[in-house]
Amino acid sequence: MSRYMIGRIGQAALVLWAAFTVSFVLLQALPGDAILIKFLNPELGLGPEQIADIRASYAADSPLAVQYLHTVANFLTGNFGYSIHAGVPVGDLILANLPPTLWLSTLGFLLSLALAATLAALSALSPFAWLRSVIQSIPALFISTPVFWLGILLIQIFSFQLKLIPIINPAPWQALILPVVTLAIPISAPLAQILMRNIDHVLTEPFVAVARAKGASHRWVLWKHVAKNAVLPTLTIGGILFGELLAGAVVTEAVFGLNGLGGLTQRSVNDQDIAVLQAIVVFSAAAFVLINLTVDLLYPVFDPRLRVRQGAVA
Amino acid sequence: MTGLNTIGRGLLRDDANLLEGASHKSERAPSGAGWLKAIGNIQPGLVLAWSVMAVVVLWALFPQWFTSYSATAGVARQQLRAPSAEHWLGTDALGRDLLARIIYGAGNSLSGAFVAVGVGLLVGTALGIIAGSARGRIDGTIMRGVDVLLSIPQLLLSLSIVTLLGFGIVNAAIAVGITSIASFARLARSEVVRVRASDYVEAAFGSGGTFSWVLLRHILPNSLTSVIAFAALQLGWAILTISTLGFLGYGAPPPTPEWGLLIAEGRNYLARAWWLTTVPGIVVIVVVLSANRISQSFGKARA
Repeated sequence: MSRYMIGRIGQAALVLWAAFTVSFVLLQALPGDAILIKFLNPELGLGPEQIADIRASYAADSPLAVQYLHTVANFLTGNFGYSIHAGVPVGDLILANLPPTLWLSTLGFLLSLALAATLAALSALSPFAWLRSVIQSIPALFISTPVFWLGILLIQIFSFQLKLIPIINPAPWQALILPVVTLAIPISAPLAQILMRNIDHVLTEPFVAVARAKGASHRWVLWKHVAKNAVLPTLTIGGILFGELLAGAVVTEAVFGLNGLGGLTQRSVNDQDIAVLQAIVVFSAAAFVLINLTVDLLYPVFDPRLRVRQGAVA
Repeated sequence: MTGLNTIGRGLLRDDANLLEGASHKSERAPSGAGWLKAIGNIQPGLVLAWSVMAVVVLWALFPQWFTSYSATAGVARQQLRAPSAEHWLGTDALGRDLLARIIYGAGNSLSGAFVAVGVGLLVGTALGIIAGSARGRIDGTIMRGVDVLLSIPQLLLSLSIVTLLGFGIVNAAIAVGITSIASFARLARSEVVRVRASDYVEAAFGSGGTFSWVLLRHILPNSLTSVIAFAALQLGWAILTISTLGFLGYGAPPPTPEWGLLIAEGRNYLARAWWLTTVPGIVVIVVVLSANRISQSFGKARA
């Protein structure tokens, strides 16, 4: 078991390192030179020697291999470099922008869980086939909806038509309502689809037939026997959901003009601020790898059937 | 290796989940049962989906057939008109007809999506087939590379690539295509491995077929259906993602009609012109839903 865990952690580290390298190669290959763009500006009045000094301080002229090793060492010691555009450490920028995005995505995730569970429960409990198929097609609609359009539509309905949520100076909790709903709806779709499928699948298992034969009602079977078994496999898409949450945050923050990691990402793309963009990419890859690692290690804890097999594999 | 592969299979199953979406398991009668039965088997939803795609493709190819207005030149003193008999979907702040902009925008949005799917399909499927056929070390290397691509959230990856290539609709399309290489590779590999394990492939080898012949004659055709189904699904997804990049300002530059950009431009007139944002969004949803429905029908044909 512990050998399995060590191997699994090693793999995670390997993927993370590779993701770092990919993002480094990708972003260092950029033709534009953000340092020159910023400091060649005649208004700054910098001489060629001063620019050379600045370039040296960013290690911009050393060979790519040296830059790479330099960046690896810096990342390992928690130094993510300086934002070329803002001139502050990237780590500080990310830390400063993390809390609003964390709030937004946590609330969005919780709401999407609630939405997905409600849809799945409604479809499992619906007494008519037609109602069931209507409910089951809702996630497909959610998936096909552009997130930014949804946000704009919500602003239009709730702020402009119904005037429920003020556009100018809303209270902090009011300002969060629409972004959270915007983020939650598309994320709830894959969750709901997987839950519905799992419920359909578990309902065909023999133990459900046994429970029914013993006289259990449909609701009792769903709650006591099916729910637990149907929820577990949903864990496996944790990593994908995280990516979706982050992507959703970029778009949602752009639509609602919020500050956060999403806004920071957009700004760093606009300014070709490579150091910031690379740190965000590596940060999100690390989170993705960590989430998948946690899911892999926790899965046997929740599902005792997997314990024996995994030990044998290791 | 096992751990990552487990996640891999999980991911693939989820793709299949999305594929089959909200399917309601309508039983299909065995094929070749006569034309009467064939008519009985027509699924209205699927017909509708194909018609939507046909109309949008026609919009893209021959926009002038569908509107007499220009997509870029505005009509003076007709700014921000609500939908009317003259302008079916109203006009924008420069007096341009919204319907014309949507129709001309189909060309940009659709060709972008086709480029994106083309990149993912060609590169991803090739990688997957190589991995699935070669197995061993080559397989391991390719699939670890795929794992790495998958570990970076798709939007972030496409944003990085767009930063690298520069803004513009073709670059945005290529960026979106590159992010889908990983899932295509994964699907193609699993299909090749699946077909390879079947008895008729064994038989083909047994009767003296060379590897490349068996690959071309048996493995590829039998792997293709699910790859095509996935490509149709990716088409819808690419339209969505390209419109997102357009909305963020990384796609087509402003005068160009592109669906995401249309919505972004309409954002400044929310209070006065609801149609500018609402209608292009509905068009995107309908097209993406149709692509998904078509993909679903391919998925079912195999099952």
